[in-house]
Amino acid sequence: MADTRSVVLGRIRRALADRPSVEAIPRDYDLSRPLGDLVELAAERIADYRAEVHQVASADVPAKIASLLAARGATRMVGPVDLPSSWRVDGAEWLIDSPSLSIDQLDGADGVLTGCAVAIAETGTLVLDGGEAQGRRALTLVPDYHLCVVRTDQIVGIVPEALARLEPTRPLTFISGPSATSDIELDRVEGVHGPRTLHVIIAVT
Amino acid sequence: MGSNPVTWLGSPVFPKAAKAALADTQLRRNLRKATHTIRDKRAKAVAELPDWEQLRRAGEAIKDDVLSNLDTYLERIEAAVTARGGIVHWALDAHEANEIVLRLAREAGTDEVVKVKSMATAEIGLNEALEAGGIRAVETDLAELIVQLGNDRPSHILVPAIHRNRSEIKEIFQREMAEKPASDEPRDLAEAARRHLRRKFLLARVAVSGANFGVADTGSIVVVESEGNGRMCLTLPEVLITVMGIEKLVPTWRDLEVFLQLLPRSSTAERMNPYTSVWTGVTPGDGPQQFHLVLLDNGRTDALADRVGRQALRCIRCSACLNVCPVYERTGGQAYGSVYPGPIGAILSPQLVNDMHDKQAASLPYASSLCGACYEVCPVRINIPEVLVHLRAEAVEAKGRTPESVGMAALGWIFNDARRYENAQKVGSLARHLAPSGRISSLPWPGSKWTSARDVPTPPAESFRTWWRKNRG
Amino acid sequence: MPAPRVGLFATCLTDTFYPSTARAVLRLLERLGCDVDFPMDQTCCGQMHYNTGYREEARSLASKYAGVFAGYDAIVAPSGSCGGMVREIHPELHGSSDAFARTYELSEFLVDVLGVTDVGAYFPHRVTYHPTCHSLRMLGVGDKPLQLLRSVRGLDLVELPEAETCCGFGGTFAVKNADTSTAMLGDKMRCVLNTGAEVLCAGDNSCLMHIGGGLSRLRTGVRTVHLAEILASTEEEPWAATP
Repeated sequence: MADTRSVVLGRIRRALADRPSVEAIPRDYDLSRPLGDLVELAAERIADYRAEVHQVASADVPAKIASLLAARGATRMVGPVDLPSSWRVDGAEWLIDSPSLSIDQLDGADGVLTGCAVAIAETGTLVLDGGEAQGRRALTLVPDYHLCVVRTDQIVGIVPEALARLEPTRPLTFISGPSATSDIELDRVEGVHGPRTLHVIIAVT
Repeated sequence: MGSNPVTWLGSPVFPKAAKAALADTQLRRNLRKATHTIRDKRAKAVAELPDWEQLRRAGEAIKDDVLSNLDTYLERIEAAVTARGGIVHWALDAHEANEIVLRLAREAGTDEVVKVKSMATAEIGLNEALEAGGIRAVETDLAELIVQLGNDRPSHILVPAIHRNRSEIKEIFQREMAEKPASDEPRDLAEAARRHLRRKFLLARVAVSGANFGVADTGSIVVVESEGNGRMCLTLPEVLITVMGIEKLVPTWRDLEVFLQLLPRSSTAERMNPYTSVWTGVTPGDGPQQFHLVLLDNGRTDALADRVGRQALRCIRCSACLNVCPVYERTGGQAYGSVYPGPIGAILSPQLVNDMHDKQAASLPYASSLCGACYEVCPVRINIPEVLVHLRAEAVEAKGRTPESVGMAALGWIFNDARRYENAQKVGSLARHLAPSGRISSLPWPGSKWTSARDVPTPPAESFRTWWRKNRG
Repeated sequence: MPAPRVGLFATCLTDTFYPSTARAVLRLLERLGCDVDFPMDQTCCGQMHYNTGYREEARSLASKYAGVFAGYDAIVAPSGSCGGMVREIHPELHGSSDAFARTYELSEFLVDVLGVTDVGAYFPHRVTYHPTCHSLRMLGVGDKPLQLLRSVRGLDLVELPEAETCCGFGGTFAVKNADTSTAMLGDKMRCVLNTGAEVLCAGDNSCLMHIGGGLSRLRTGVRTVHLAEILASTEEEPWAATP
């Protein structure tokens, strides 16, 4: 459609015959903000979305994973190929995404365990970028339960700090609580197509 | 180029459509409840950020930069998407865009596509065009699904089924779904939608989406959503087709630090929406392996040419202006006869139609009391009242000589001279223009429009100026 | 400091229909030591023309205003709507002028320029206040009218629910979209009646004409009184309804 392309670009150039001058973007908004204890705030804000949050010492992460899975009765768990071996706790069968799991395999699992790239304390958001211990996007989407481990050094205060840490050309997923909708009377209810349960373990280092 | 489907064919002018909507008491109740709920929540979400005004000003400036250099940024995103394995298409109007999507779906060999809620595809009537071409489009957003299954029209930008309450939604689902909802509790209705769509997501080969933002520098596309239906569509199918209005760009990745704060708090009144997806072209082994980006004009370049009206293209479709609008709250969205209702619709739809001889489009800029609540909440500071008044002037010009224009000219002539003004005061004709008055209870049109619900003031024995002349002159 | 020379911009609606409001502004400002003049060449700010789409007529009225009100220290209007038209829109129509920049809505002039909130008023009634849209959103008068009302002796101020929602007047909107306007009016009246106030006060006679017209049609007994008339009222010379 090279033809339409030049038509549209030509229309834009004619529409901008006045070439309005643009002032510099005022970036006097906050690039960070004193928010007190970021770990506490992240825990509170993630929980605000009705996700369950647990803070444990790094060394106790495997035990916490084991107890959460046992409590749910989750025995078939999906994990990315580089899921730390200490996280692959006993009591569950680990479906590792190598070779790639089929959609039906993902759909048939009890849940998925991943790490994350960044967490935003103020908004209670986890960001996955397909990097370490995260895998491809479908892994954290199809299973109905997502257990995510966040290291305290991955937690930032506000949105601009998070974006500065991320590489935009990687596939990114920002997750704030379990899936939800406000489509009925503009009131939020949790649990639609994405994972209906989100548990977060904050590994305090 | 045919007529622009952004306004629905055969829609009555706004006052007429509003009259019918106002008579629907259930609709009035539903809208009041929903808009008041979200209004209070938005105010709280916004009050949490100490730098909200600075973010609004930055958002405004970034979007103005995009519009002022739109050609450059479009060429930039085209190059970036192409370099990352995506294919870019250009569409001048609805027809061209629909043809492109239809062709791509056929090439993928499917007769069904899953859709993420998208204003751009609603604006161009994509579902109807696909249907005519033998391809079923399945809406996956809960509210869009309610509208589609109810064979209804949307009435809100963010929540197209806002005019429906839970029991009406339950009825629609019971009628249309194989597995019936357990109750009219929102949780059960959401569960019903999940079951209804689950297999379709898992088996879909082609998805169609819109875009909230496109990053010119990197070619990254951003979709902001809540339910996970977006992630399903953007992740599982083999082919992804994204239809994006040409104004949806931001220059750089960093600019999103502004919009990812402005948008969720303005639209669903949350600190952050549940899911935001960002992808750039094709990522081997992760997500769709074929990505098409359709850049849509459909009247946007006409709006861009209007130096006052072009600010409407800053819009990020948050719908905060709808939720605070006293007119929208009472008439609902369908009265606007367009997928873009409310204050933003009243300035955007007529500009996209770009024909003030179209009576329905020309009636939209008058669908406002100019109270300014919309401007106050707009996250990108679109001065909606300013554009409304500007478009009214265009409507007046298009209409030419009318009884109103003759009356306005006469009144202007009177106001231009204090003696003429005072004479008109004395003989009572000014009072008729201003009140519109003359007698106390029932007047001929247009005075009757006033006296149907209100008494008019009795003109006093003497005007202030007469008093002043006698006592102070 | 010499008495400020104030031009009173009565507005065409108040001049024609509500002379008692303009006389109240005059009394009040003179009581506060202003030298008030009413230039007889004034007519209308052109807002009705501008807002309905008749820009050229509005432009010529803006130019007329700039000439009529040149040379005053301040121009005071008992209207947020007309004040907003002059200060925010006139410069765009005519180019900048001191007359536009020095125009104030009454409560702004009292609180910001004269620096008073207690104007020595007395008004022994139960009152609720409707902040009109243009005073609130074009001029940003904020709570200045409420500061003034709170200082009035005898006045029992009750909060109006959903106060900041438009009453539905909107100039020609009330005629062009009469049904929607009436629906908005109905909700506003319900809120007013729920307060149990005897008096609805606002800073714009246009909105008061609209709401008052509805209240009168329903024979509610609630009176509408402009802010200026309440502030002008004293024990010696109390407010009296105009016959």
